[in-house]
Amino acid sequence: MTVTEVRAGGGVRTPPPVRPRRRGIGWKQRLEILALSGPAILMFASFVIFPVVMAAYYGFYRWKGYGPPTDFVGLDNYVTILQDPTFHDALWHNGQVVVLSLVLQGPIAVGLALLLNQKMRGQSLIRVLIFVPYVISEVIVGTAWALLLQTNGAVNDVLRSIGLDGLAQDWLANPSLAIWTLMLILTWKYIGFAVILFLAGMQNIPEELSEAAAVDGATFWQTQWRITLPLLGPTIRIWAFLSIIGALQLFDLVYIIWGQYVASTAGTSTMATYMVVEGRNAANYGYGNAVAVVLFTISMIIALVYQRFVLRRDSEGQA
Amino acid sequence: MRHSRYFVALVLIGLMLGPVFYIVVGGFRTNSQITTDPAGLPDPWVFSNYTNVLTGEVFWRQVGNSTIVALTTTIGVVVLGVMASYVLARYRFKGRGALYALFAAGLMFPATVAITPLYILVKNLGLVNTLPGVILPQIAFGLPTTIIILVPFLRAIPREIEEAAAIDRCSRLGFFWRMVLPLSVPGLITTGILAFVNSWNSYLLPLFILNDQDGFTLPLGVQAFASQYSVDTAKVLAFTSLSMIPALVFFSLFERRIVGGLTGAVKG
Repeated sequence: MTVTEVRAGGGVRTPPPVRPRRRGIGWKQRLEILALSGPAILMFASFVIFPVVMAAYYGFYRWKGYGPPTDFVGLDNYVTILQDPTFHDALWHNGQVVVLSLVLQGPIAVGLALLLNQKMRGQSLIRVLIFVPYVISEVIVGTAWALLLQTNGAVNDVLRSIGLDGLAQDWLANPSLAIWTLMLILTWKYIGFAVILFLAGMQNIPEELSEAAAVDGATFWQTQWRITLPLLGPTIRIWAFLSIIGALQLFDLVYIIWGQYVASTAGTSTMATYMVVEGRNAANYGYGNAVAVVLFTISMIIALVYQRFVLRRDSEGQA
Repeated sequence: MRHSRYFVALVLIGLMLGPVFYIVVGGFRTNSQITTDPAGLPDPWVFSNYTNVLTGEVFWRQVGNSTIVALTTTIGVVVLGVMASYVLARYRFKGRGALYALFAAGLMFPATVAITPLYILVKNLGLVNTLPGVILPQIAFGLPTTIIILVPFLRAIPREIEEAAAIDRCSRLGFFWRMVLPLSVPGLITTGILAFVNSWNSYLLPLFILNDQDGFTLPLGVQAFASQYSVDTAKVLAFTSLSMIPALVFFSLFERRIVGGLTGAVKG
């Protein structure tokens, strides 16, 4: 749209409100508020809020998804979930992914960001290239890695050809290994995002600080440890938040690589794959929605606690 | 120190691009080449895998579907998002804080949680197996990110400009059209790109809504192709690498904006 067109229309139709707007808001303003934010609110309410509320409602029913739900079972679904070892496994896998993401990806990404923050040739190209996996869709990432990691795939072939036959593995189906395979793929896909985030955070740190430290005789690593890392704190804490929430909601990659049946035997099922397998494929809608509510509640509690105790001082500092 | 820096960077790039390289180059091999030497290079180079995909209609239909879905989603998210953000940023009314908090909390409602009721809702609207059935929920789920990014952006427009506009007999809506939209173009581009990439890569929602192969978007298409031709690895690699191209081209065109948008979103 061009600015001039819009200008003509907008200017002619509306009379000027020059009077001071102190005493409440007039009907004209109300109308504007409604007209501008109404569509977004309507969409958000219908396709986000309403389904979430309905998930909570369906969660109280035993329901196959046909006709209106009638078989009210109260908290039965939730009791079943809490006693279901398959759900416990899924929860445990989510927990592992949360912790491993933080302790593996965090330090690796900070290290890489420190390295790439130094002056070097081709810096911007490097930044673009490490970001490529983040842009590729989950389905492609999953399909490609499943091919690479199958028993007669390229990864094992490379290992054998360099004489490391002992390391060749059944990466996807071995239950004691699969969670690490999943972490490898997740790290590959999301490390670029973390590095870019940390690099952006580092650019906000005034250069004078490290210059002053250098004058005081601090080594490179002392400067990083004492100055860069503490000042990068807020960025790291935000990243950790996004990482935790992402790990709790993990679905696409697991479902694509391990599918609906294999994930639980391989040890990579998550709450979200459990929900979809139960709710959609087994047509157990009521139960699936109860799982969704549990997943949502866990995410919400962790998010609120995190914001209350970890992110709070950051936002206070900014305000 | 200097050389180790470049060495680590090279290893890193190798690790990040290795799998991508494997997919692309693997498409130029035959299945027997892949079976006998899974990690080798094409010998000889075969082009039929790629030409078969490119001359078939399946791939192009899915590219078309994905394009329609992504473009419409992007327009919807940006238009509705900027209108609501303007209200949240520059009007004073009761419940504004609550409304903003509600949208912000929307970041915590991923489509995963609401997916089965969402499916039922779309079914009741008669939109199962249609592209609008994917587009409408995607617009709704794209709004929180857009609003979170745009509200600080619009709030940063100095009040003096608005007052000057008012003295020039320009209404609030006129101000929105004439000043706010032009000034917020960078923010609109950032949020638009995020919406486009998210929509292009979206998997769970199309998986539930689109059951008919004709309506498949590219991610569903890749998965269907991979399971249909599971024994024909070379063909799958060709299909997969071709379906990577649009997102990569889009990304390389707008790389600075995407990176800027992500970091801006986190800071805001």
